[in-house]
Amino acid sequence: MRYAERGYDLEIDLSRGGIDRVETDPRSMELYLGGQGTAAKLLWDRVPPEAEPFSPENLLIFSSGLLNATPVPGATRTSVNTFSPQTSLMAHSLMGSYFGVEMKHAGYDKIVIRGKSPDLVYLWINNGKVEIRDARHLRGKGTQETAALIKEELHDNKVQVAAIGPAGENRVYMASIDHSHASAARGPGPVMGDKGLKAIAVRGTQDIHTARPAELFEICLRLSKELYDNPNVGDWMAVDEDDSFHHDNFSWGNARVRQKVWSKELQERWTKLKYDHMDRQTGCYNCPKKCHNVISWPGRKRFSYKCYGKDTYHMAAFQELDFSYDILGVAQELGLDSYSTPQVIAFALELLEAGILTDQDFPGMPSDVRKRYFYLLDKITRREGIGDVLANGVYWAARQIGKGAEKYDHNTTKKFEQLPIKLGKVNPAYFLMIATGEKMSITQIEGSFPQDPLPTMEQRQEFVKNWVAVPHEKFKEWFLRWEKRNEISNEASCAITDWNEAMHYIDDSLGLCGFVSSFRGQFGGKTGYHVWNIPQLISLSTGLDFDKDKLWKTFQRIRTLVRAVNVRRGLRRRDERPPEDHWAVRDEKSEQKLLDNYYQFKGWTTDGIPNKETLDKLGLNYVSEDFIKRGILTGNESTPSKETSNGQAKQ
Amino acid sequence: MVTVKAGLKKKLVKEIKVDVDKCTGCRSCEMACSAFHAVPKYSSLNPARARIRVVIDESRDIYVPIRAGEYTQAECTGRNIYTIHGKEYSECSFCPACCPSRDYFKEPDSGLPLKCDMCEDEPPLSEPMCVQACQQDALTYVEREELVEEQKPEVKLEEMEIVFEALVKKHGKKKVMDTFTRLSKS
Repeated sequence: MRYAERGYDLEIDLSRGGIDRVETDPRSMELYLGGQGTAAKLLWDRVPPEAEPFSPENLLIFSSGLLNATPVPGATRTSVNTFSPQTSLMAHSLMGSYFGVEMKHAGYDKIVIRGKSPDLVYLWINNGKVEIRDARHLRGKGTQETAALIKEELHDNKVQVAAIGPAGENRVYMASIDHSHASAARGPGPVMGDKGLKAIAVRGTQDIHTARPAELFEICLRLSKELYDNPNVGDWMAVDEDDSFHHDNFSWGNARVRQKVWSKELQERWTKLKYDHMDRQTGCYNCPKKCHNVISWPGRKRFSYKCYGKDTYHMAAFQELDFSYDILGVAQELGLDSYSTPQVIAFALELLEAGILTDQDFPGMPSDVRKRYFYLLDKITRREGIGDVLANGVYWAARQIGKGAEKYDHNTTKKFEQLPIKLGKVNPAYFLMIATGEKMSITQIEGSFPQDPLPTMEQRQEFVKNWVAVPHEKFKEWFLRWEKRNEISNEASCAITDWNEAMHYIDDSLGLCGFVSSFRGQFGGKTGYHVWNIPQLISLSTGLDFDKDKLWKTFQRIRTLVRAVNVRRGLRRRDERPPEDHWAVRDEKSEQKLLDNYYQFKGWTTDGIPNKETLDKLGLNYVSEDFIKRGILTGNESTPSKETSNGQAKQ
Repeated sequence: MVTVKAGLKKKLVKEIKVDVDKCTGCRSCEMACSAFHAVPKYSSLNPARARIRVVIDESRDIYVPIRAGEYTQAECTGRNIYTIHGKEYSECSFCPACCPSRDYFKEPDSGLPLKCDMCEDEPPLSEPMCVQACQQDALTYVEREELVEEQKPEVKLEEMEIVFEALVKKHGKKKVMDTFTRLSKS
């Protein structure tokens, strides 16, 4: 009997129309849990490093988290993995709501897509019945519109649909996959479009079993109440209208301008704007928080947003919240990611301002800035004219345009748009996270340890008093002694980065939402999930005995495997650089020393490659053998010496 | 001492108040119901077998938890579409029936009807499981007494009888009896 997981993947070959239900190796759950962990294993095993992202060999994998569909509250996330055309590396994207849960009730832990369909299709999964269906009539339809049309066509409104919009069909690099009030952005959308897959519709009505169900249920019912009552978890942006943090500290435009705009008057006006147009707040499956705000904006379709997604458009365009409300639902319907898209548009308008692009590049563009954003959304989505270039993201667009446009690409790492934030002094852990995070997004790696020190010892003592989440007491000591952002030891910075990362890798394999776990510990108090209570939930769900140490080792295994997948595709130290202007005050030598220390801490070579000893210790011998065969490792690497530094210039 | 007028009797009425404005569509009620009613208790999870379902239509901002009521063999002669405060609720949004027109409140494999029993249990729960699972207070539990006229006890179909009746209607008495005989021999 397989508990928590179903033990089967659905394998779809879109080139030949093949559909297979494949039993998985039970050991893979113990080694890689599920979600992103087992997806990384499939990508390692099955996609050769030479495979282009836009090739039939590339896999597009929808994975339920190991705890999806169990009673564990907030275990809602589906991960979507593939190789990204933008970075050529592993794309890792998460979406909440109901999709992974439904998939599991249909009998599958994963849906693995390979090949390419000759024309647009969608996948209809109804328990054991799986069909590849014609989707030509859905061409060009929006994400929510597609879901509605499919439900109508199948005469079933309980079907869960994940779909791309026209942006995905046109292989726009910023394209997302949207499902209900959730979105898998940053990477996988264009691959889904490239495979000719418009949507996946899934309906499942089978039982899920856990190993010790009564005990698990009782704990989860209690946890659910605790999470509801706990102000430290969930998305505070859904309920707290004071958003001075982002508006006063993040950069406006093309990640350029910091300005203090927040005022009581603005907060009151925006709060009224929100509540005058908000229908309700909704939550994901079996989660007591309600992080989605559902908005009805005049003349637009009802849409939902969460988190910082509400700020990106108006901040890029130097506008106000009403502009985001006007454009966000439209962009989501087109299937565009709300982080990178406004940056690409702001970048294009900067190039126009600078004379690198001219009016001829934007035929018929209105003069009003808001209208320009709609104009460019349309051009990008359709890959028309300059939109065809911009659809490749800032990094590639800058190189295609040339004429000095590269200089305006100042906010990408590993060719990927970053959060629009520019700061003064380096926070060493943030340097490491931005440089080395495989998800290439700071918000998807930070979260357990505070971003900044607290000013007084009393406040720090108060903070650490109820800090149950720390894996080790040393984190408390480091925090108590921390006074200035940039002054914290390399030793502490390495361990902090590692812990922050650990929580995300655990969440992304179990399907836990960051808002009740990995992202929220930094704000103090008690977070929902941590390394002390997660093992029990895994044990009761799966029947395997997990404890903190085993969980930690599992994180290391998954994390190292993800790194190995990227290393095999060419990722090296030279790529691990935060944007040059991310901080005003830089010190190349000490940054490179910090990176050395971190690689050493992780058991990687000076070039950022996991060494043989590290790999073998984690049971990843198949990786070390492959690396030696390919000449990536010699097998005799020692850990880097502390003094070595080979900071190479950015490509 | 409460005196009850001749011909009247006290009846305990169990109510679940549903505030659709507070529902977030998390479906914890469905999950918890299916676990509580699994045999053995909590042994499986499956919202498709829940005796409470949330009718969700995101595009219309509709979130209506409904509890499984009586089994009905026939559909209504017509269906209702309600518009309340400008929101159009889809067909049968408020109807609790286990009805041939939809797959709510039927065992997914057999099609057998499911009915909410307010989580009657020994010892009794403080409140039904769906109410306990709903952190938003979209579902709240109330017990009250009502005076009703004493009547001849109506035929209370036990759950088993409802199930058999549905099977008989679906497959015919003979088939059901033959199957029962065969199964009881093994």
